[in-house]
Amino acid sequence: MATGYAPSSMYRSREGMGIWEHRGKVAAVGVGHSPTERRWDEKPETSVGAWSIMALRNAIADAGVSPDQVDGIVIVPETTTGAFWPEDKPLPQDVINAFVQTDDPLDGIAKLSVEWLLKNMPELTNIKYSVYAPVCMSNALNVAAQVVGDGLAHTVLVLKAWHNLQGRYYQGGQNAQDAIGGTSAIRSLWGAPACYGTALQFAEYCRKYGKDHDMMTPFIINSRRNGLMFPEGYWAQHRPEELTPEDYQLARWIAKPANLFDNDIPIMCAASYLFTTAERAKDMKQKPVYVLNHADSDAVPRGLTPTLDEVEAECALTGRKIYEGAGITAADLSFENMYDGFTQFHQFHIEGLGYRGIGFGDALDFYQTDISIEGPNPVSPSGGNIGSGRSRFWMHTDSIQQLQGRAGGRQITGVNAEIGVSGGPMPLGGNYTVWSATPD
Amino acid sequence: MKQGVIPDDFTAPFWSAANESKLVIQNCSKCDRLQHPPAQDCGQCKSGDDLGWKEMSGTGRIYNYGVVHDCPIRLLQDDQPFNVAVIMLDDDPGIQMYSHLPGTAVDDVPVGAPVELVFEESANGQKIPEWKVVN
Repeated sequence: MATGYAPSSMYRSREGMGIWEHRGKVAAVGVGHSPTERRWDEKPETSVGAWSIMALRNAIADAGVSPDQVDGIVIVPETTTGAFWPEDKPLPQDVINAFVQTDDPLDGIAKLSVEWLLKNMPELTNIKYSVYAPVCMSNALNVAAQVVGDGLAHTVLVLKAWHNLQGRYYQGGQNAQDAIGGTSAIRSLWGAPACYGTALQFAEYCRKYGKDHDMMTPFIINSRRNGLMFPEGYWAQHRPEELTPEDYQLARWIAKPANLFDNDIPIMCAASYLFTTAERAKDMKQKPVYVLNHADSDAVPRGLTPTLDEVEAECALTGRKIYEGAGITAADLSFENMYDGFTQFHQFHIEGLGYRGIGFGDALDFYQTDISIEGPNPVSPSGGNIGSGRSRFWMHTDSIQQLQGRAGGRQITGVNAEIGVSGGPMPLGGNYTVWSATPD
Repeated sequence: MKQGVIPDDFTAPFWSAANESKLVIQNCSKCDRLQHPPAQDCGQCKSGDDLGWKEMSGTGRIYNYGVVHDCPIRLLQDDQPFNVAVIMLDDDPGIQMYSHLPGTAVDDVPVGAPVELVFEESANGQKIPEWKVVN
């Protein structure tokens, strides 16, 4: 079975498409996670392949289905956090020997194919449809919802896994060389780290609206607090340290105005969800969480980096697409779990949504109010990447668990969890899912 | 010191012009539209048939900036912290270029100020377009 990337027709990229044709007819039921680790110790049992298998099996068990009921799989084949296996470094032989291999020796170590997973999960005997989604779980969720809605498969596993190797983030490869190729030089010669583009947008935002970096403090504190109540997350598992305002405000700059805590920590981890039809979901172990819509942002900036005007226009458009296809308004949202890794994305996303009535330039003032899970306006109850490490999937797990009523210590209590939205990553280039406790 | 550049076929006109102290930007003659970074196809008409290179006047304005304290590029790490500004060209403000703003103090960047084109030598002698604030 050859697996290719999802066609563009699977994404809801345009405004004016109306209510999603499968609104309320697709549900997420099972959730499965691997443990987390800061970097791979190069053992077979902690490889990205092993943890992917663990996450998939956990999602199957959580949904209470048998593996042979699963007939579809959607995965993200890219697993890098920015770390690539060095060309001159031999692969660990015990890892090679521990799994059934494909033709690509990096499969299961620094990338992932459906073929590799099926070779190493013999219990998945009934897969009839498989497809790849690029980069993020957010994208894979959009594809999975459409796969189930279109009837291409009825019980579908969705997977995203991340590997993080030894060594400092982005310090190897061409960044360590004395000379680089002409095409990449046009962008990279000036040495901007990954958070630089977002920091620039935030700098312009602060100038335009009269805000400052310290105003992000309540959001950071809230995110870490929520993350420490996420038992699947990195900080909760390995470094259960609360953040103080001083920790944040005095942290070293990475690219001013973005500091250390505005950046998410790269980690190893994997997560999987089980999607099925609303009809089949009724008979499964967990409460179904219904998909009301999915939406895609495919905008491309004209220049090297998006301007604030481009960011705000695209976030507003995304908000309209999210609501249009779900048939809801901002007032219907119980909570939001929009992307935060880098932190300075988050205010753009929630302003585009008009969450709790805020507009552009309002989010940092909104952060000074009660944004806790106990209050009336919960912000990022998952804690996001900032609260649990770079996965870009905590927001989805949390949204499902909130609506199932099993978010544990993170369960929002100031409002009833009825409808939530999650997604990202970039304001220009992201995928979003609207979740509901009921199908209508 | 900036890394050296090994021009490839695609970007050779840009780097060759820089070595002659000229700035050229990719242009679609059909759309009369500049684009940077260069691409195989025009971002507007999606065709690569009418792409060429057009010389710029060499003036612009500082649109925005950040200060890099944790740079991933080894050759630049001794220079930290340093400015990385975004310049918008007067020929077309939609065209952006990065700049270290030589001569401007760190984190004392006059956003909106006019700048002019200069060239710096990189680690392998390739000239790189840079921008200085016009006093």
